Amino acid sequence: MIPVLLLVALITFTLMHQAPGGPWDRDPSRRQVDASTQEALNKKFGLDKPLFVNIEGGNPLDSQFFTYVGNAIQGDLGPSYRQRGRDVQDILFEPPKGKAIWDSRFGYSMRLGLLALILAALLGIPLGILAALRRNTIFDYSALFVSTIGISVPSFVLAIFLIIILAGQLNLIKIIQRDWSSPGAWLVPAVVLGFGTFAYITRLTRNSMLEVMGQDYVRTAKAKGLGGRVIITRHMLRNALIPVMTIMGPALAGLITGSFIIETMFGFPGSGREYVTAIGNRDYSMIMGTTLIYALLIVLANLTVDIMYGFLDPRIKVK
Amino acid sequence: MTTTAQTQTPSAKSASAAETAKVLSRPSRSFWRDAWSRLLHNKAAVAGALVILFFMFVAIFAPLLAPHNPLELNSGKGFLPPMWVENSSTGKAGTPEFILGTDNLGRDVLSRVIYGARVSMVVGFIPTLIIVVVGVSLGMISGYFGGSTDNLLMRLTDIVYAFPDLLFFIIVMTALRATALGQFLNGLFLLFVALALVNWVGVARLVRGQVLSLKEKDFVLASRAVGAKDTRIMIRHILPNSLGVIIVAMAFLIPGAIITEAILGYLGLGLRPSTDPTDIFITSWGSMLLEGQTAINNQPWILLAPAIAVALVVLSFNFLGDGLRDALDPRLRE
Repeated sequence: MIPVLLLVALITFTLMHQAPGGPWDRDPSRRQVDASTQEALNKKFGLDKPLFVNIEGGNPLDSQFFTYVGNAIQGDLGPSYRQRGRDVQDILFEPPKGKAIWDSRFGYSMRLGLLALILAALLGIPLGILAALRRNTIFDYSALFVSTIGISVPSFVLAIFLIIILAGQLNLIKIIQRDWSSPGAWLVPAVVLGFGTFAYITRLTRNSMLEVMGQDYVRTAKAKGLGGRVIITRHMLRNALIPVMTIMGPALAGLITGSFIIETMFGFPGSGREYVTAIGNRDYSMIMGTTLIYALLIVLANLTVDIMYGFLDPRIKVK
Repeated sequence: MTTTAQTQTPSAKSASAAETAKVLSRPSRSFWRDAWSRLLHNKAAVAGALVILFFMFVAIFAPLLAPHNPLELNSGKGFLPPMWVENSSTGKAGTPEFILGTDNLGRDVLSRVIYGARVSMVVGFIPTLIIVVVGVSLGMISGYFGGSTDNLLMRLTDIVYAFPDLLFFIIVMTALRATALGQFLNGLFLLFVALALVNWVGVARLVRGQVLSLKEKDFVLASRAVGAKDTRIMIRHILPNSLGVIIVAMAFLIPGAIITEAILGYLGLGLRPSTDPTDIFITSWGSMLLEGQTAINNQPWILLAPAIAVALVVLSFNFLGDGLRDALDPRLRE
């Protein structure tokens, strides 16, 4: 995991340094920093050091890259190139004055992702179970059709349709929502964001149920004369839901890191929209920092799959 | 064939047996013919294929099909609603001249969507071709010879897998956009490279897995016993047998690439919108989404038209992909 993150950092760092501009010279709306101040600032932030390896003597690790990684480990992602005076981690994680941590940019994204995942699981798991139990009926086919659409149609297309219908035609929601304190405002973005995950969970649950239904222990349970409900809850679900449970971590990470388009479309004040703004402004340090945090989240989530399997299925041991 | 050979005796009993055998036997059909007929029986897949063919036709003949020049600015005719709307929120009425209306600069939306099909088709097919060529060759070599090449390749794929795709595309496109590489083909070339860099891994792994199981099969052993060389075994025996898996993988890679282009275009990182009428690639569906974003109330069709187009193409590829998977490998049927 650590080598992977280091590599992500290395690739991101290298590519970002190919990009034109630096922290002090890209904001035409403000007074430009003169050369001597730039030099002093470069010295202060270590930008006068060699990029990767210090071969001029001294500590070979005394370079910009290793300084960046070292600082990042301590939670310092460096100053934003565009929002002067603010560090990247402050923009992402610092809540407005007097508010709790979940009112920070990242907190907003996390709550939206969680809501989307909860909606997706609450609808997807029962739908998948019912589809499997009523295999090859109209119900099953409709569930499969909906999940095929959900898996293939990208969420931003769905967002466009919903915004135009709900906001443009029916006036049920505002096109640009400014007040995110009411839970109703969260519903539409969460539904759009979670639709693909809902479709995936439905399909996974259905397939996993179908597999379990053919197992010998289910037949044994039937042979013992157990009632249908007991077999479904005690014997089938317990096993069928293992793969569904294990994807929850990666699904949540995917929803949090993948929400930037939805956030931008709905004007949602999360870290994703901040990321898109940073891309538009070419705020390289912000792009880099956010990418690293997103990568960390995804790598961590993938790690949870292995750990979860160890807990839920004792046959698999984590080594 | 064996039944007909056994029934060549002149007794009456076996003559009737020969007749039965004649009825039962049919001209031998190859695997591909079988798969083709299975595919034709899948309505969703056929519909998907037809839609894809339609969009390919539109992409190729865009200049003939587009009612207007997609770059032509019709001053005073900005934000016209589609032709069936008589009174839009801006107080304008649609005209049959601009079927889907116009954008803020008075450019014809339908013509722009038609030209956008070019980018999506090219972004779908060209990187996928590169990916397949690179992925298949590396996967074959790695799986067939094993050893340290294989090890190295697998470590490489681990790393690429760990990097979140979309983040990688965003980083590459932002960082290298201003360079010569990023300007080539209005930025499309860089997008091809980025897509190929990430996606060859999946194909290579898939093919490697196929090769690992195929190279133990008897027909490979037989071919080697006759004296066939490694390259001949790979090209004549293993490749044709992995083709089904490769085709299915392609059918799912293409819509993925199209979605990626649309997302990057929406972020302003895809195709650079062109103002040069001699360009082949003028606008993309993703760029249209970005342009139309501010006009949701005035002229939603700037957004709706490319969104519908993306949804249609991507759904079609998915239906076709599902159909191909069922047709080429009936064991995988869900």
